[in-house]
Amino acid sequence: MSDVNHGHLPATIEEPIANPGLPPHSWRPTDVDERLAKRAERQVAALFGLSAVCVVLFLVSYFTLKVGDNHTTFAGFGASNIALGSTLGGALLFIGIGIIQWARKLMGDHEIVEMRHPARSSDEDRQGTLDALALGLEESGIGRRPLVRNSLLGSVALLGLPAIVMLRDLGPLPGDKLYSTVWKPRMRVVRDVVGTPINIADLEIGDLVNAEPEIVFAVDEDGEHVLHGAELQTAKSKAAVIVLRMDPKDLTPGKGRENWAVDGIVCYSKICTHVGCPISLNERKTHHLLCPCHQSTFDLADSGKVVFGPAARALPQLPLMVDEEGFLMAQDDFNEPVGPSFWERG
Amino acid sequence: MSIDTSKVADSNATTAATPKKPGKAGVVANWADERLGLGTVMKKNLRKVFPDHWSFMLGEIALWSFVVLLLSGVFLTLWYTPSMGEVEYQGSYNPLRGVEMSEAMASTLKLSFDVRGGLLMRQMHHWAAMIFIASMMIHLLRVYFTGAFRKPRELNWVIGSLLLLLGTLEGFTGYSLPDDLLSGTGIRAADGFMKSMPVVGTYMSFFLFGGEFPGEAIIPRLFTAHVLLLPGLLLALIAAHMLLLVYHKHTQWPGPGRTEENVVGFPMLPVYAAKAGGFFFIVFGVATLMGGLLTINPVWKFGPYDPTKVTAGSQPDWYMGWPDGALRIMPGWESHFLGVTLSWNVFLPIIVLPGLMFTILLMLPFIEAWITGDKRDHHLLQRPRNAPTRTATMVALMTFYGLMWAAGGNDIIAIKLHLSINQITYFMRGAVFIGPVIAFFITRRWCISLQRHDEQKLLHGYETGIIMRSAVGGYSERHLPISDEAAYKLTARDRDETWSPEGETDSNGIPAKGGRLDGLRAKLSTLMYADNVQKPTAEELEDAHHHADHEHEVQAPLEGHAADGHQFDGHHAVDGEALRGDH
Repeated sequence: MSDVNHGHLPATIEEPIANPGLPPHSWRPTDVDERLAKRAERQVAALFGLSAVCVVLFLVSYFTLKVGDNHTTFAGFGASNIALGSTLGGALLFIGIGIIQWARKLMGDHEIVEMRHPARSSDEDRQGTLDALALGLEESGIGRRPLVRNSLLGSVALLGLPAIVMLRDLGPLPGDKLYSTVWKPRMRVVRDVVGTPINIADLEIGDLVNAEPEIVFAVDEDGEHVLHGAELQTAKSKAAVIVLRMDPKDLTPGKGRENWAVDGIVCYSKICTHVGCPISLNERKTHHLLCPCHQSTFDLADSGKVVFGPAARALPQLPLMVDEEGFLMAQDDFNEPVGPSFWERG
Repeated sequence: MSIDTSKVADSNATTAATPKKPGKAGVVANWADERLGLGTVMKKNLRKVFPDHWSFMLGEIALWSFVVLLLSGVFLTLWYTPSMGEVEYQGSYNPLRGVEMSEAMASTLKLSFDVRGGLLMRQMHHWAAMIFIASMMIHLLRVYFTGAFRKPRELNWVIGSLLLLLGTLEGFTGYSLPDDLLSGTGIRAADGFMKSMPVVGTYMSFFLFGGEFPGEAIIPRLFTAHVLLLPGLLLALIAAHMLLLVYHKHTQWPGPGRTEENVVGFPMLPVYAAKAGGFFFIVFGVATLMGGLLTINPVWKFGPYDPTKVTAGSQPDWYMGWPDGALRIMPGWESHFLGVTLSWNVFLPIIVLPGLMFTILLMLPFIEAWITGDKRDHHLLQRPRNAPTRTATMVALMTFYGLMWAAGGNDIIAIKLHLSINQITYFMRGAVFIGPVIAFFITRRWCISLQRHDEQKLLHGYETGIIMRSAVGGYSERHLPISDEAAYKLTARDRDETWSPEGETDSNGIPAKGGRLDGLRAKLSTLMYADNVQKPTAEELEDAHHHADHEHEVQAPLEGHAADGHQFDGHHAVDGEALRGDH
């Protein structure tokens, strides 16, 4: 056992059968038959030649085939893409196959032996290094002058502070931004994409509408959108909702939410409380809403409670009302943060 | 009188000794060597030996696909615009004309439809990324199953694992750059992941996105990570990986003439250089063909990112699938205490679990070395069957990975196989714990049976398929001895030595003080090798051969005689005859 612990090579491997040694080299047909060698030579040259042909075809395709409108010309693919890919691929493959054929058939195939050396340095070298290190450290006086050493360590460590502090302006502090959305009292609920208001008379039982707050589509007096770019994306990523009309008999309003629905029409945040995917897969019969990302399932007839999947919290509900013309409006913003949970959420 | 000396030889060789004028190559070589001293370095390495085996090619695929990634990636940066600024698309792709999208998405569409060869390069880049990560994983498995990670190569294992981690991050950042609907959904989820982190989560999200999700900063920031930071680290680590490979010299399979002390194979110049160089062109060519013929990530079909939209069957790239599966099957646990929220349902599967699995991966060589107490250098590879516990450990990890990965496609499985997604999820919750355990025991016993089979071959020879009937009517299959080379290969392995605290001595030969974990270590070491079949000793082999010789002597007279058993047909006297051989 003791020899095991000294980094020696195993002695046991050569028994019970002694190493018979390298088998004799066997000659390949191309080594002994000049005719076959010549043939292999021609094969290799032909492969390189084919590669050159492919390059020519590549250039022809590049300059003749158009890109742009005809991206589905050929079996659903762009003709240009297919032609460029196959010719360039061929050009590369033929070179590769040619070189390997050359190596296998014509290059010397004598295996040769090299001895290994231990990865570790010799004892002599180790000692030399230790001596040099000791001498260097001694001459620097780092051991004898702790004041210099410690003050240097301290000042270098402090350099970490600027490195971290400089990252401060990567972004603003969260503040209370996650606690509110763009929904305001009496803001109209409008259809996604088109931006038209939703009249309750147009909704049949079982209808599901992807909706947004009116402000997402609002324009100012110059006809410019009020929200655009990142501001718009952020607003949409929190305020998107789904509106569902169900038979009022099916609905079990949550405590304090008795007047949040209008004639069986309920409105919930579309942003999954798990990691924030927009949810839109509706099971009409059960009023269950399924998230396509991780399959959290929420019961829209029962305050958006989780009935299955990895989400922990119910979907936030938007309290609804109707205006004089019968269009859906929000009573107020959500009463809790939408989207994934976070530490400070409480 | 003058003598014409021009005809007198100035050497005893058949050609003149006058030095030839150096060629152009010689001049260049001389110039370089006088400045760089390349001669010494190259003398050592030009004929460096590389052993040959198909499995040594897997790491090479990873290396070459990385080169393809660098080349195609540089091409892409010439047109791609890493900006989230909003523009109205007016390019060639009709269905999206007039749609508002980020400049990142618009430039990706331009690359795909208005730049000749742009789509080819995009698809090559994506395919090469797939090949890069897949080949790293398979290379990792090869290294683990053959024991190539053992001393002195543990650090190269660590570097390789880091490469896999960075490659995965590189894949995720690159996948996000087009800012299409699918990748945006991925970033949206990543924002949720970050927010699940205790204390710092919300701040990390706001700092990374430059404010509230999605903001305008994330694409340019991911771009910098994707084209500068991560590739730089990858390049440096690949260089270190290769340098260590050259320094340690490649491992080899045991065989006649191949020992722990030598390395047998083809010289770098010409054969290995040609094979490796040729292989580069093959990997490049295959990636190009895939880019030309197989559509991947058609972002124009998904459309630009919109935080209110999503597609059914949303899935990340396959290598991110297993943590996504963990996320899907995790029960919805969330704790509320002291006015804060801790989302176990996100934090455990997506932050803790990958970190834990990666740590286990990094530690594998060190855990095994600690259990076995083996401090020797190892340059000969082991067959997976000869390390049953190790092989079973990796198969258990692979089973865990595979089940998690399948859980990441639970919606697809449910649709394709008409199963209930709820039941698949409940099943997976149990299977990810039970499956690896079952896989461990099956693999371990399987390895041990294979070891037994090897032992049979060594002691009794191989099965010839010739059925012999003895004079008394008994049947037996004839075994013939295997060749010396084959027998040597089967026995060219270590005997397993169980670690025990008694064996430990310090450098002066004094028994080392027992550590607190000695008991556990000894127990693990015993379990690790329990039931393994050790190779036979010389005596056992001798005995078995004697027995076989005897058998052959007995059977020799039967050689060439057809079996005759008609005396047992009921019409003949069979006194003194036995139906079966009684030995």
